[in-house]
Amino acid sequence: MDGVAEGEPDGGGGPDPGDVVIETRGLAKQYRGTLAVDGLDLRVPRGSVFGFLGPNGSGKTTTIRMLMGLIAPTAGSARVLGSPMPQAVRSVLPRVGALIEGPALYGFLSGRDNLLRYDAADPTADPRTRVARVGAALDRVGLSAAAGKRAKAYSLGMKQRLGLAAALLQPRELLVLDEPTNGLDPQGMREIRGLVRGLAADGTTVFLSSHLLDEIEQVCTHAAVMARGRLITQGPVADLSAGALGRLAVTTPDVGDAARILAEHGVRDLTTAGGRVTGELPAEPPDLAELNAALVTAGVRVRGFGLERASLEDTFVALTGEGFDVAG
Amino acid sequence: MSRAERLAAGPPERTGAPAAGAAAVTAAAAVAGPEGRPAPGVPRAPRLVWSLGLLRSELVTVFRRGRTLALFAVLAGVPLLVGIAVRIETHGGGSAGGGRGDGPAFIEQVSNNGLFLTFASLAATLPFFLPMAVGVVAGDAVAGEAGGGTLRYLLVAPAGRTRLLAVKYLSVLAFCVAATVVVAVSALVVGFALFPVGDVTTLSGTTLSLSDGMLRALLIALLVAASLVGMGALGLFVSTLTDSGIGAMATTVGLLITVQIVDTIPQLHAVQPYLFPHYWLSFADVLRDPMQWDGVVRNLGLQALYAAVFGSAAWARFSTRDVTA
Repeated sequence: MDGVAEGEPDGGGGPDPGDVVIETRGLAKQYRGTLAVDGLDLRVPRGSVFGFLGPNGSGKTTTIRMLMGLIAPTAGSARVLGSPMPQAVRSVLPRVGALIEGPALYGFLSGRDNLLRYDAADPTADPRTRVARVGAALDRVGLSAAAGKRAKAYSLGMKQRLGLAAALLQPRELLVLDEPTNGLDPQGMREIRGLVRGLAADGTTVFLSSHLLDEIEQVCTHAAVMARGRLITQGPVADLSAGALGRLAVTTPDVGDAARILAEHGVRDLTTAGGRVTGELPAEPPDLAELNAALVTAGVRVRGFGLERASLEDTFVALTGEGFDVAG
Repeated sequence: MSRAERLAAGPPERTGAPAAGAAAVTAAAAVAGPEGRPAPGVPRAPRLVWSLGLLRSELVTVFRRGRTLALFAVLAGVPLLVGIAVRIETHGGGSAGGGRGDGPAFIEQVSNNGLFLTFASLAATLPFFLPMAVGVVAGDAVAGEAGGGTLRYLLVAPAGRTRLLAVKYLSVLAFCVAATVVVAVSALVVGFALFPVGDVTTLSGTTLSLSDGMLRALLIALLVAASLVGMGALGLFVSTLTDSGIGAMATTVGLLITVQIVDTIPQLHAVQPYLFPHYWLSFADVLRDPMQWDGVVRNLGLQALYAAVFGSAAWARFSTRDVTA
């Protein structure tokens, strides 16, 4: 249950609150008998881009709703930006930008008027700079040209951008983005990733939930994995994917011979496909140079030979797969 | 679709994603202030005057909606229909209803004095049209935001639950006044256009000057608007119970119809004094000379009671509920 790859030591006595923007202890939520979130201990370090991963229904959105004070936890506590969460909503949330479960807009209002309304709902937002801030936020997500159109005429990607713009109306300390690239085309995804990187470089902590693992891998410095309402692991992304062993990949026209020789040297779980043999190295791997030499000596024409680093996806599948078995 | 694609493709200088992000950061930094970065640990303080921005935004949102304007159009149409019907009916002389005392109150006097169309129209719309319109707006107030998902963004902004509910109720009250004004003004215009206008004969038989009559009409409009206060609170409470705007509107209007029916069943007279529409037509007492305040005071007291009870219930529900939509 505890993080297998905790980045920093946790004395249990509560670290400097300035270094942690989100901290939950035993956070739980029960809906009519089913535990949507169960004993969550989440720590999001300040300045990180934190990926929040999990299959559908694993409790990610419920967690985010609890962090934003929209629903009350059944048990446990949550602190956001150092303050207890359902209670300190009014002082914490002006410093937090959020995109929760997709954008929600007033279809009969224009994109700009939607943002003006959301900004007016924030009692700490200065009305004198409102129009300028809305304009800057629209520009930032590339929606300036469509700002005057009614929101109901927007495509899903445009709505997503407008939702992001609403989160960027003020300089924020923390951005909570639930599936921010949903509905965007590849170009839009790239823009959003660039935006997230720029915000992170600016000192904003970004809490990013996504089901797109390569996205998390590209953007995030830290990640947490949830399954069935429980936190399976959390820590720096590099540590997480280092947990899974890499796979050996050999590109060759002689796949049959290659597979035989690799098997002789203890490589397991061999798969051959399209001139490639991949397999899992044993726990005590042989010297890769010797392995390659053995292949060549046996007359295998090796075109490519190398270790593929475990992707976060491998880690994720391994973790959630195991998680399902344990929880079953 | 093609528009969206073009937008996603963007102008050429935006295609390098990191560069675009960096440029955008600079743009926002200019707005953020000289330091250009979020200042951790220095929360911006909320200001009372700034809090009023939400009320303004809510009023604009309610009154710019097509649905609100459609409701106003229907309400404005009622005096027009009544006026034309009375005009046709009395074309050959004589008074509408043939003196049988049928139809809405005051309708018989309309052909003699156009100002009575205002009283007649308010009396005709108060039992159903006006409270139904209020029920639609109040029922949708919170449930519609929840159903559309905009509620979570307002709360995360953070609007504050109590403040949001107060703003919603104030906008419902503003709608009550506006809807009444629409009926009254439409009736005034139609009445002055189609019928002769002159001194007003009160229900007591005395005569008031036209200007006094107009003042009484204004007072009646205010009383009619105030009669809708309880209905608005009831609708707002129903609205906090569900995430379906349509469901909340239907429930609120259904409650109105039920209550109106109960109010007409003699065997149920024991509960009738506690029903919010029971004293609604007491506004007619304003047209007596001297004015009689008993019914009016009871009506206002009952409306205040409903506003207090259902307003508190709405607050109790909304301030603690889980927002899952």
